[in-house]
This record gives sequence, C-alpha cells and structure tokens, in this order.
Amino acid sequence: MIPIHYYLILSAVMFITGVVGVLTRRNAIIIFMCIELMLNSVNLTFVAFSSYLGNVDGQIFVFFVMAVAAAEAAVGLAIVIALFRNKQTVNINDVNILKW
Amino acid sequence: MITRANPVNSALFLILNFLSLAGIYLTLNAQFVAIIQILVYAGAIMVLVLFVIMLLNLEDEAPLRDTLTKRHYVSLLFALVTLGLLIEVIGWKGAGALAGMTAFAPNSVEIGTVEHIGSELFTRYVFPFELTSILLLAAMIGAVVLAKKRFP
Repeated sequence: MIPIHYYLILSAVMFITGVVGVLTRRNAIIIFMCIELMLNSVNLTFVAFSSYLGNVDGQIFVFFVMAVAAAEAAVGLAIVIALFRNKQTVNINDVNILKW
Repeated sequence: MITRANPVNSALFLILNFLSLAGIYLTLNAQFVAIIQILVYAGAIMVLVLFVIMLLNLEDEAPLRDTLTKRHYVSLLFALVTLGLLIEVIGWKGAGALAGMTAFAPNSVEIGTVEHIGSELFTRYVFPFELTSILLLAAMIGAVVLAKKRFP
C-alpha cells in the first residue's frame, strides 16, 4: 500500500504551485485558476485522510468545498467580466482604484 | 500551468490536472468524489472559465522568461521555503503521527460509495446541505446582477 505522506507531499506541491501562480501572474483569470488549484490540493488532503482513517467526514467536506468553489467561480468570473467591461483589461496591475 | 503565456493553454492544463486528480481519488477508494470532481470541476467550472477567456478575447501575455523581475524570484524563493517547511512537517518518511498510516482503513471502500455519502448528507449533514442550496442561490443571483449591471 501507499503510505499517506506521498499523497500529502503531492498535495503540498500542488498548493505551492498555486501560491507561486498567484504571486507571479498578473492576469486575473489565471490567478483565479490558481486559487482553484489550491482548493483542489486541500481536497486531496481531505480525501486522503478520510480513506486512511476510515472516516467519511473528509469526503463530505470535499463536497461542501466543491459547492463553495462553484459559487465562487460564478461570482468571480462575473466580477472579471464587469471589470473588463469598465477598464478593458484583466491585468491586476492596471486595477488600482482602491489603492491608497 | 502557471508558466503558459496563453490563458487557454493554462486552462487546458488545469483541466488535465483535475482529471488526473480524479484518478487519484479513485485510487483512494473515493468514487463519489472522483465523479463529482470530473462533473463539477472539469465539466462545469472549467467550461465557465474557458467561456469567459474566449469571451474576453485576451491576447497572449509576454512570455514569462522575458518579464522576469525581482518579484518573481522573491516569490519563488518564499514558495520553495514554504514547500520545504511543509515537507518537513509531513516528514519525508512519514514519521511521527503519520507513521502508522500505511494502509487504507478496512471500511474505506464502503465509505466512498454514493450510497453512504448520500445517507450521511441527508442525516447528520442535512443542515449544511440545505445551507449550500441557499449559498448557490445567492451566488447565482449575484453573478447575474454583476454581469448584467452597467456600472457608471
């Protein structure tokens, strides 16, 4: 059998990939996709612990995380579309109206 | 995925990642999660993302290797340090609290089935489940309002 830390290390690598994407990219849609990647890496941790501990709560949590992610996707992409309509860009360096 | 200049390529690589993750869920005996991973993520969310990318008709960004700045290197450095810390905490050989977790629990096959998760959702978790429906309704209304309204 595969020990659990292989799944946890894969999850950590995916999470850090998402973090690097959020920190380096300036395109709002790509940042959004990197956030989805981070959510998925945490889901992987939940499911791994759920299987290794024999407890269903982790998979129920993954279900709720996916529901929240779907809601977030709808609202986030609507915000991106509204932003593009107003400023003709999705580069977050050009979106600084809240900057002090 | 994070190094592609074209957002469509990024989205397609992310879909590949989600499909692979569904396979990993199957190896973990989580059938229900694997199926909704494909249906909800690869099917619904990524179609929405691709639709928006193509709707906005974005041009390619400059390739990453032409625009490397100090910020990229610093964020990469901090991310690698964080990755090292995470792996240190997990333990490369799975020491400490994880040392005993080398095999699935004996009941891991039956807890991943649609039947078992469905019965849990409608008994112990029925209140969060109903709250989820309100959340989705609110998100739907919010998305329609945001996309429809013309801001001054």
